[in-house]
Amino acid sequence: MKKKMLSLVLAGAMTAAVLTGCGSSASTTSDAATETAAETTEEAAGTEESADAEASAETSGGTFKIGGIGPLTGGAAVYGNAAMNGSQIAVDEINAAGGINGMTVELNFQDDELDAEKSVNAYNALKDWGAQVLDGCVTSACSIAVSDKTAQDQMFQITPSGSAVECVANDNAFRICFSDPNQGIASAQYIGENGLATKVAVIYDSSDVYSSGIYEKFVAEAANQPFEIVAAGAFTADNKTDFSVQLQQAKDAGADLVFLPIYYTEASLILTQAADMGFDVAFFGCDGLDGILNVENFDATLAEGVMLLTPFAADATDDLTVKFVSAYQEKYGETPNQFAADGYDTIYTIKAAAEKAGITADMSTEEICAALKAAMTEISVDGLTGEGITWDASGEPTKAPKAVVIKDGAYTAM
Amino acid sequence: MKKLSKTTKNNLITYGMVILAYIIVQILVATGHVSSLVQGLLVPFCTYVIVAIALNLTVGILGELSLGHAGFMCVGAFTSAVFSLAFKDALPGGLRFFIAILIGAAAAALVGFLVGIPVLRLRGDYLAIVTLAFGEIIKNIINALYLGVDSNGIHFSMKDAMSLNMEPDGLMLIKGAQGVTGTPHDSNFTVGVILILVTLFIVLNFINSRTGRAVMSIRDNRIAAESVGINITKYKLIAFTVSASLAGVAGVLYAHNLSTLNALPKNFGYNMSIMILVFVVLGGIGNIRGSIIAAVLLTLLPEVLRGLSDYRMLIYAIVLIVMMIFNWSPNAIFFRKRLAQRFLGNKKAEKEA
Repeated sequence: MKKKMLSLVLAGAMTAAVLTGCGSSASTTSDAATETAAETTEEAAGTEESADAEASAETSGGTFKIGGIGPLTGGAAVYGNAAMNGSQIAVDEINAAGGINGMTVELNFQDDELDAEKSVNAYNALKDWGAQVLDGCVTSACSIAVSDKTAQDQMFQITPSGSAVECVANDNAFRICFSDPNQGIASAQYIGENGLATKVAVIYDSSDVYSSGIYEKFVAEAANQPFEIVAAGAFTADNKTDFSVQLQQAKDAGADLVFLPIYYTEASLILTQAADMGFDVAFFGCDGLDGILNVENFDATLAEGVMLLTPFAADATDDLTVKFVSAYQEKYGETPNQFAADGYDTIYTIKAAAEKAGITADMSTEEICAALKAAMTEISVDGLTGEGITWDASGEPTKAPKAVVIKDGAYTAM
Repeated sequence: MKKLSKTTKNNLITYGMVILAYIIVQILVATGHVSSLVQGLLVPFCTYVIVAIALNLTVGILGELSLGHAGFMCVGAFTSAVFSLAFKDALPGGLRFFIAILIGAAAAALVGFLVGIPVLRLRGDYLAIVTLAFGEIIKNIINALYLGVDSNGIHFSMKDAMSLNMEPDGLMLIKGAQGVTGTPHDSNFTVGVILILVTLFIVLNFINSRTGRAVMSIRDNRIAAESVGINITKYKLIAFTVSASLAGVAGVLYAHNLSTLNALPKNFGYNMSIMILVFVVLGGIGNIRGSIIAAVLLTLLPEVLRGLSDYRMLIYAIVLIVMMIFNWSPNAIFFRKRLAQRFLGNKKAEKEA
């Protein structure tokens, strides 16, 4: 009997332990969450203070909270950090000039590790923080996952660089960059109309959404253009160091231009390997090639004559770009890439739309979303990535693609 | 009081713990005490709890190391997502999700069975090697797979989307690296908890069944088990297949929680498999209840640490190491025992008196 009692008591104690365990874990959760929120507001308050210190302008209209999401750690961290830094520069500038409609702008940029699930978590964390509009996500898949949630909550979302078609499928989502299909079609048209080549080879990353998206549309549009695609070599993220097979394939097919809808890291390897095997051919790329001149240990003379379609070139000489690049270099010690420019333009687009719609800090997220949605189709933004950018209700931007060629180690407009 | 065996009581505590956690969370959600972050994490909790339980069946009960459970999740996720997308308008939500779960479980079970046939005949750590490779293969196949359906039927290609030759009205199901987009949002916390309970029911009953005892006897002493006439390969295959299919169920839950599904190294690569193994090891190998708690805590931790921004991954790693030392180091165990004795010992003495 005693034994039975004892076991009962023990079992009871165990359940109690489990219970309190559960309870405390739940409460710590919320505690921690509020703690996190408090911390981030503290942080934000810190940046706000510094911004205030820099700015003598009055900011009486409360705060306008912009949430940002992008990969800040892991393999795609370059893009997320660039977009975050670009956005931050825009926010600092705006605050120094008196904010949006008198509101101080706060930016809270969260890490999503390039994982759609983490991205949704980041979005929820931003909601707890009180974000009123969303600057994100930086990458396509995360952007799609989050846009599902922003549509539910009716939060205004503008992605700096989510280029897949589905990113702006919901009516509350807009984007700054070109969509993948647009880039593919524009590239094919550019090559065709300017008679750059008659035989084109393509080397693309089949495991990458951006690359395969452009490739598909490029091939589709190529059918209407006066050139033919003679070779298409694919590689994946797991074997992206040796491209001799793909290059040999292009060479054997007699290609006079190689189209590279890929990022600059792999492109620099391709250029080096092509030079090594004596394959003298023109290269044409998209905005992913931007940054190729800054790759470490890459002989920049190899990139001579490479053409790329990009919305942003860091060595452009217009006032806006010069100002942005010098501010960026001063603050972060590196040359901004197009993601930084996209991030910068995103904030200014939000500002333009918010001023058009007359957003005030006391409006609810839904009201802001409705007002901004309407305002987006009416504004025209002169940004780093294009002049007179306009949007239609679908969320796609309208801006002219710029083609540049690398001449004497610098990007030159064609 | 009805006489319950020790195992039954233990199992009831496990079920009770899950149900209680569910009730507490529901009350907190209803009263608005749960942040959006945690609300968004509820379904991922369920996903990782299920897959941790599934892996514990392989690692703890069967005694084999599997490094490919993310691969089985991937199989379950993609098969079910394709089904749900294809029948998005044809079937009502609840029924569709139910069938999707069955399909995901069946597909993962089939693949687990096929992987297991050759490997489970071997002794040693071959299962770890083969499942590791399997997980990577699955990921790469899905990244190269294009699948579409139109009025002419199903098209599929391993090259690119153009070679599908689809009708313009066709529906793309898997778009290579872009994965599946537009999966209906069917997962929710309630379904997740029900699935956890079903998983627990299957696994706990399996462990205490005749088959489960046979499996454990193989783990403990293969030669002795063989000598009493236990068909080693058969029982190993049963346990492994069940484990794979439960991982598939977790995949279904994962796929229907997000509108986009990609097979990235991050979510279905070997890193994820090792993460699941970490849940199991930290929760205690063979300890189902521990797996549940570890899965929840370790999924929650990196999110809670968001306030530390750049340092959160560092802190997360340190916490993992500390937990491991606390759980497994002999000194720490001794220290814990002494601590428990001091508190519980006194209490016990009081109760006795």
